[in-house]
Formats: sequence, structure tokens, C-alpha cells
Amino acid sequence: MHEWIILISNPLLCIIPILLAVAFLTLLERKVLGYMQLRKGPNVVGPYGLLQPIADGVKLFIKEPVRPYASSPILFLIAPMLALTLALTLWMPMPTPYPITDINLGILFILAISSLAVYSILGSGWASNSKYALIGALRAVAQTISYEVSLGLILLSTIILAGGFTLHTFNVAQESIWLLAPSWPLAAMWYISTLAETNRAPFDLTEGESELVSGFNVEYAGGPFALFFLAEYSNILLMNTLSAILFLGAFHSPLLPEITTLNLMTKASLLSILFLWVRASYPRFRYDQLMHLIWKNFLPITLALVLLCTALPLALAGLPPQT
Amino acid sequence: MNLITSTLSIAILLTILLAMVSFWIPQMSPDTEKLSPYECGFDPLGSARLPFSLRFFLAAILFLLFDLEIALLLPLPWGDQSILPTQTFMWASIILILLTLGLIYEWMQGGLEWAE
Repeated sequence: MHEWIILISNPLLCIIPILLAVAFLTLLERKVLGYMQLRKGPNVVGPYGLLQPIADGVKLFIKEPVRPYASSPILFLIAPMLALTLALTLWMPMPTPYPITDINLGILFILAISSLAVYSILGSGWASNSKYALIGALRAVAQTISYEVSLGLILLSTIILAGGFTLHTFNVAQESIWLLAPSWPLAAMWYISTLAETNRAPFDLTEGESELVSGFNVEYAGGPFALFFLAEYSNILLMNTLSAILFLGAFHSPLLPEITTLNLMTKASLLSILFLWVRASYPRFRYDQLMHLIWKNFLPITLALVLLCTALPLALAGLPPQT
Repeated sequence: MNLITSTLSIAILLTILLAMVSFWIPQMSPDTEKLSPYECGFDPLGSARLPFSLRFFLAAILFLLFDLEIALLLPLPWGDQSILPTQTFMWASIILILLTLGLIYEWMQGGLEWAE
């Protein structure tokens, strides 16, 4: 009995705050964008517009969902569900500071699950059987998988420096100095890659309003669209939490684990606000520029940096302890 | 049943629940115009599934190649702890140099060009 309560309550206590955080991230985004453009953003529903996300959610779920007659019905519905399921599962090994499941190969788990997310994009674009959706999906998939290459290499470099695939080792490894300091080129490329990986501006070519209307989810309305939306913003939060763990390690004291949580989540929110700032500031990339950036700039540099990150600890006798 | 499977099943159940709610609450009144594929300047009648872009295919192939080679490098943190870490380093460098050579080849052959 006791065991079952743990099995059910632990995941729920992680998932529900995530969904709440996602809801308020959308409000934060609209507020920040609003103030950056010298307007107020949502301020009618509730005090300072605080109830706006709830109104949005209710609106999305009472709107009529469309199932286009040309689409493949089952895949069309499974794709958004897959997206949200994966986005929620990704939070499992997150050390905040105690993860739901302390997996030894937590980072590999995150890499594996996040690369599965490509299938939900591809599935939705394909199943819609609409030209806009298909082109949007193709672009999104090409972009995500291209940036996954550099993301993987950057992760590998940091893992070699920290000494293990468990995310918790990063807390320990960064007790004296943040990894941001010795490996800032990695951090910069990582941050840009996460922008591209989550299809955010300035890399939001998949939903370029002017040419593709909304990208792979044009055909979605109401509830299924809400699932995509939740998944997308949950991924943004996840990526920023991951960046905070990897490069801005949170100090962890077993006596006061709450401090670690506060510390980590503050950094993650600041990084998320930086995402919004970037969105307010930069114009959209051109597609060929996007591909040049990853294949002609990031890839050669990260390949070299992996070599450097393997060589330095060996040469300076500074190998991390085996975990 | 452990926490991994229970988290996974709770996530799945939750999304199924949300999807069911979204089809259960709203009033559905479908008609042909509403259900036709989105159209703006394109002809919506033909199937969208015929066109095939070799560019995107090439990007996918490149990704496969590079990601596979990265998978070979993943055991590096353990390799660094072996008796002869320099040997690990040698093998890692060989893989990385091979990857770089592949990248250079791809670049020279124009596989990375998008706009022409």
C-alpha cells in the first residue's frame, strides 16, 4: 500500500508543478514581450493578468478540435499525446536536487527521450496531410536533429569534465567553480543549441508565420493543440533547468535541500527569461544560415572541444573521480 | 512496477485524459470547409505526401552518421579511468579525426550548402 502511494504521488508531485510552471511561463512570456514592446501584455483576467493562463487553458479545451478529413486519424491524435508524454517523462532524472528516479545514466536517458520527441513532430506533420504542415515538420525535424549532433557533443565534453552521466555528479563537480567559467565556449554553443532544439526564436523557422502560418501544427485546434503547446513550453523549462545544472551548478547541502531547489530553479527561470529576451530582440534566421551555423561552425568547434576536454584532464592529471 | 514505469504510465494516462476531455467537452459541428486541409495559395486538393526533398534527406543521413559516431564516444568517462588513459585518448582522437575528415569531405563535396 505504502509503496503504491509513493509510486503514484511522487510522479504526480513532479508533473503537476511542471504543468503549473508551464502555464505561468506562457503568461510570463506574454508579459515580458509586452513590456519589451512598451505595452502591458495581458492584464484583464485576474490581478495583473495572473489568471490569464487558466482562462487560456479553459478556452483551448472548450474549443472544437478539428480532425481534417484528409488526415490519418490515429497518428494525428497520437502525435500530440506522444509529445506531452515525452516532455513530462524527461523530467524524471532531473536532480532538483532529488530526482524522481536516480538513474545512473540520467543524461543518456534525457538524450534518448528528447530525440524521440522528433517523432511527434514528424508524425503530426505527416498525419495532417497538409502541405504547410508537412513542410513545417520537415524543417523542424531537420533543424532538431542537426542541432542534436552539437548538443550531444557538448554534453559529452561536459560529462568528461564532470566525470559521469549522472546529473547529480554535476552538483558535486561544480562545488568550487561553475563549469561556465572554464568552458564558456561550450556554454554559449549549448545555449544557442537549446534555442534551436526547442524551436524558439530566432530559430523558429518551423512556424514562420509569414510563410508557413504555424508549421507542423497548422491543422491542430483546441485540445490537441494545447497538448503540443504544453509539451513545447515544458521542453523549454527542461532545457533551461538542464543548462543551469550543467553550467551553473547549484550548491547542494544535504541538510537544506530546499536551498538547492530554490537556487537551481531561480537560475533556470533567469535562463528562461533570457529565452524571452532573445525572442524579443532578434529577427528570425534564414534556413540556410541556420544549417550553416550548425554544420559549418558548431560542429567543427565542438569536435575540437571534445578532444580538448578529453586531453586537458589527462595532461594536467585532473581526471574526475570515478562515480 | 518501479518509479520509471509508474512515471511513464502516469504521464501517458494524464495525456490520454487531457485528450479525451478535449474531445468530450466541446460541441462538435464538423463541416467540409472546416475539415479541409489548410490552404493559402497552395492547391489543397492533391495529396501533400508526394513531394520529397533530397536536401532534408541528406541532413537526416548526416545526422545519422554523426550521431552514430558520437555514440561510439559516449563511454569516454569510463575509458578515462582505465589503466592506460592515454590509449583511450588515442582511440578517441582517431574517431574524432575520422569524423572531422568526413565533415571536410562532405563540406568539399557541397553537401552542406543549402541555398542555390
